Amino acid sequence: MFIPNTEADRKEMLEKIGLSKIEDLFVDVPEKFRYPDLNLPDAVSEMEALQNLSDLAIANDSTEDLICFLGAGAYNHYIPASVDAIITRGEFLTAYTPYQPEVSQGTLQAIFEYQSLVASLTGMDVSNASHYDGATAAAEACVLAFHHFRGKRTKFVLSRYVHPHYRETIKTYFQGYEKIKIIGDEKLEGFQSTEDLVKLVDNDTAIVYVQYPDFLGRIQNFKSLADHVHSMGAILAVSVNPISLGLLKPPSEFDADIVTGEGQPLGIPLSFGGPYLGLFATKNQFIRKLSGRLVGETVDGKGNKGYVLTLTAREQHIRREKATSNICTNQGLIALASTVYMSLVGKHGLKQVAKLNYDKAHYAADQISKIKGFELIDLGPFFNEFVVRSPIPTKELNALLLDYDILGGYDLSIDYPELANHMLIAVTEMNSKDDIDYLVEILEEVTND
Amino acid sequence: MSNPSNFKFAKTDEWVSVEENLATIGVSDYAQSQLSDIVYLEFLVEPGDDFSKGDSIVTLESVKAAADVSSPVSGKVVEVNEKLSDDFEAVNADPFGRAWMVKVELSDPSELDSLMTADEYTKYCEERDH
Repeated sequence: MFIPNTEADRKEMLEKIGLSKIEDLFVDVPEKFRYPDLNLPDAVSEMEALQNLSDLAIANDSTEDLICFLGAGAYNHYIPASVDAIITRGEFLTAYTPYQPEVSQGTLQAIFEYQSLVASLTGMDVSNASHYDGATAAAEACVLAFHHFRGKRTKFVLSRYVHPHYRETIKTYFQGYEKIKIIGDEKLEGFQSTEDLVKLVDNDTAIVYVQYPDFLGRIQNFKSLADHVHSMGAILAVSVNPISLGLLKPPSEFDADIVTGEGQPLGIPLSFGGPYLGLFATKNQFIRKLSGRLVGETVDGKGNKGYVLTLTAREQHIRREKATSNICTNQGLIALASTVYMSLVGKHGLKQVAKLNYDKAHYAADQISKIKGFELIDLGPFFNEFVVRSPIPTKELNALLLDYDILGGYDLSIDYPELANHMLIAVTEMNSKDDIDYLVEILEEVTND
Repeated sequence: MSNPSNFKFAKTDEWVSVEENLATIGVSDYAQSQLSDIVYLEFLVEPGDDFSKGDSIVTLESVKAAADVSSPVSGKVVEVNEKLSDDFEAVNADPFGRAWMVKVELSDPSELDSLMTADEYTKYCEERDH
């Protein structure tokens, strides 16, 4: 470890506080916990450490080695080389929290552009500077709703097909809020419809959370749900897959109040689960309760355009315990990656990517449905993900597929016990027609001997 | 701006003006001058709400800070000055008049006894400025 102070510095500091050695600083820790045996291997040289780490890395199978049909919230998309080239520039890579506009114009402008792009993509009025991931953004939307109603409305309605991890994160956030009841995602007969959700929404409901496309890949029109939610004075929040918005109407079209989402598909590598990007955008009405950081455009004393953190009185460092959110930071570098991605592909490029996903997924669904023993579960329109029932449990099927270098779909029985043998298959622009045909061939082979 | 002689004041810089059992609450000129320009105001209570002395009734946001207005008395909200949500500049311009915030029906009028008179409050503000 690099410690910048010298032995003499340390001695001086210890003398100043009346101690003779570093160990004296730890006397308040009970002795048996003071120097625990860490059970670490012996120290190795840099060369050996690098070799060890490389060996571990090589032992992984990545999406570069396998044909990937796994999605369920994180997707294998093409990332243009210029994304990395731009975000690894020193000015961006090491930029610190942009509190000082006089030295942070580049970072601040990049965040402002990010916010503008997210607002435009979702159809919302305002976007924050981003959160850690889609799950955090979803939980923050619930916190916003809680504060919006000053704790007086006690019911959160979550669709059963909001990503299971997001629902878990929301529940974790609200563990300590005794009055809050989280309903709507309980196990039920058949597949939950928007009408089922409508029945749960009353004037004690703070927020209704749905996903678009939902965890099973379904694209639903939430207009009638939105009308009911609004007639009860509640907030409608929607979690989105940003790539799908290249093709689908933005959630503003059915009058969503808050749009959140996982920004990973926008130029961010899968990387074993992170760092990812939480999208968070709302109607203007909620701008004073927006969680996280916000950058605004302004003019300096000479009338030149500039960018600053704005509306900071919402934030925890000023409003303390009364702040809507505990988050005063954002996912700077990853948000920048998505900004570069969105600017590079542009409006038409995003539409093309979305169309490729849609077409390939529909081709795959069609082909798989023809395999003996397989059934495509018809849940209405879908984007790049769909549910199939296979003749054998998904876990077994995936183990078989892995022998053929195929990373199979998500095992839905993990989160939905009623969906044994159901697999959620994702198809993106990265899957060629040959890949899909190969999957179909192998599925047939491993299940029909 | 001098503190109206018929108003009562709290240490947290709210004023109360009482007519029979109805109290009107706002923030003092001293409070607005400390906060500087108000940019946002939000009511935390609505007519019909019961609240106790010390509860937050309004949130103010200025270019410098965010502050909660806590009620110097207990009671039930009769009326809130809705116009103020858009006319928040009134808090700076006319704190003792146009910028009244909430009217309440007092549940314990004896609470008024612990508040300061205008003269006492003026002295209290002068002391803090030194």
